[in-house]
Amino acid sequence: MSANPVYIRGVGLHPFGRFPEQSVTELGLHAVRAAIADAAAGSDPAGSRAPGNTLDAAFCASVYSGVAAGHKVLSRIGCTGPPIMNIEAGCASGGAALSLGADLIRSGRYRNVLVFGMEKMPRGMIRSSFFPPWCEQAGLTPAPAYFALRAQRLIQESGVTREDLADVVVHNRRKGVDNPFAMFRKEVSQEEVLQSRLVCDPLHLWMLCSPNEGAAAVLLSSETASGHTPVELAASVLRSHQPGSALGEHTPLSGRIGDDPESPTTTAAREALAQGKLSLGDIDLVELQDTDAGRQILSIEELGLCAAGDGGAYVRAEQQKSKQTVAINPSGGLLSKGEPLGASALAQIVELVWQLRASAGARQVPGAKAGLAHTVGRGANASVSILVRH
Amino acid sequence: MGTRAQNWYPEDVQSRPIHEGLFSSPGDPGGLGLYAGYCWSCKALHFPATDDCPYCGATGCETRIVGKTASLYLGTVVTAAPPGYHGEVPYGFGLVDLPEGLRVISVIAETDVKQLRPGLPLRLGLRTLPCPEPEQAEGEALTLASWHYEPAAESP
Repeated sequence: MSANPVYIRGVGLHPFGRFPEQSVTELGLHAVRAAIADAAAGSDPAGSRAPGNTLDAAFCASVYSGVAAGHKVLSRIGCTGPPIMNIEAGCASGGAALSLGADLIRSGRYRNVLVFGMEKMPRGMIRSSFFPPWCEQAGLTPAPAYFALRAQRLIQESGVTREDLADVVVHNRRKGVDNPFAMFRKEVSQEEVLQSRLVCDPLHLWMLCSPNEGAAAVLLSSETASGHTPVELAASVLRSHQPGSALGEHTPLSGRIGDDPESPTTTAAREALAQGKLSLGDIDLVELQDTDAGRQILSIEELGLCAAGDGGAYVRAEQQKSKQTVAINPSGGLLSKGEPLGASALAQIVELVWQLRASAGARQVPGAKAGLAHTVGRGANASVSILVRH
Repeated sequence: MGTRAQNWYPEDVQSRPIHEGLFSSPGDPGGLGLYAGYCWSCKALHFPATDDCPYCGATGCETRIVGKTASLYLGTVVTAAPPGYHGEVPYGFGLVDLPEGLRVISVIAETDVKQLRPGLPLRLGLRTLPCPEPEQAEGEALTLASWHYEPAAESP
């Protein structure tokens, strides 16, 4: 039995930033309304109703929004009745919600599924309920220190320099200038990045993304419509970690020396490419997890865009424009947009849809036909999705 | 320098381990060590010790004392106190390799990042931390004892 195709009929975004006057419900509602309006604009004028009116199910991704967060959004616009499921999977919450929604369409159970995510992040260093209180008291929980250890490993084993880490920020912030939904829209220099406060060596403040607020929504459907360039969700895969590595995003207190199991990102990427019957060479643009500058390089390695250990060379080649096969984080990434956990993975999908419809304005990647989105975070969870234009 | 290791349960200061089952007391017959769990089924060690093996799911893991010495795998320095932490900043932080094959997250008693080179020889010690306020009000322990690794001045 062949699986049903999954199309992305409508997308919507609330800008990422700080919005003290708005509740998280209002942020989510903004994105959902935008996605429904986008789908309606793409529907045949005299044809069937836009999928927003005929929802079979909805998934809401969020980490900090409390009980029934998705229900509160959809109650505002009379979209209740169908199942509404609230999903938490750390940074990959949106990817988890997307893969669930897509699988229900692939299997033939549903025809129209709304997937949205939203967040109002607490300010400052992210406090997680993940660790027991004694770990916090003992000083074992600072997220930037875990990021820094991964970056230290890149320095030791992948030829990455502090300048390379700064150049990742320069690269992403340059792209973010053209993204009206990003929080930071100013170019920065390598020197400025290295002069920002040292948080956890080798990571300076500007090498870390800012936890913030925002929302994103995606309407999935088993049918395409004539109004927009059809974009198919060719694959969406969620994976968790295998035990053994002390450096994984599952942040264990111990691992085993020499035990380096395949990362959940690598597994998810391989399975997504197989699901979409594609190879990495088919991919024109990639939105990948850049929680910090080191994570971007690690994501490049784990996705297979370069060999493990070649991350430093890859970044330098990209910086010198000597290698431009794949556009990395054309949206500006989390380093430009900031990171509202529940919304960030779905915002990557929104960006890819705009790119594949050739409607991304000044940041358009010319001729983009296939895009890959990647998130990884607490759990550990990693999601990889692939979108193709028809 | 960050905080220094102190004697276990010194008579003038009420102290208790930050959490039960993490490490033995220097006064124990075997001396100070981390409690790791050893799985008889898959032979893997894990820390902190739990009855269940996080690698294969077998139960009945044996507690073993490990990590009296270590060498640094990767290190950094934390410059701002994370939520819930009331000890000194800055403090060293890293992954340390134990001779028993475990790689453990730990506070490192060294705040000069230039000293935190891979391979740095380390030895296990204890540090004291302020107790959360509610416990103080109840007249319970005044300080908490946690483990850290200190640079070993010379190789034994």
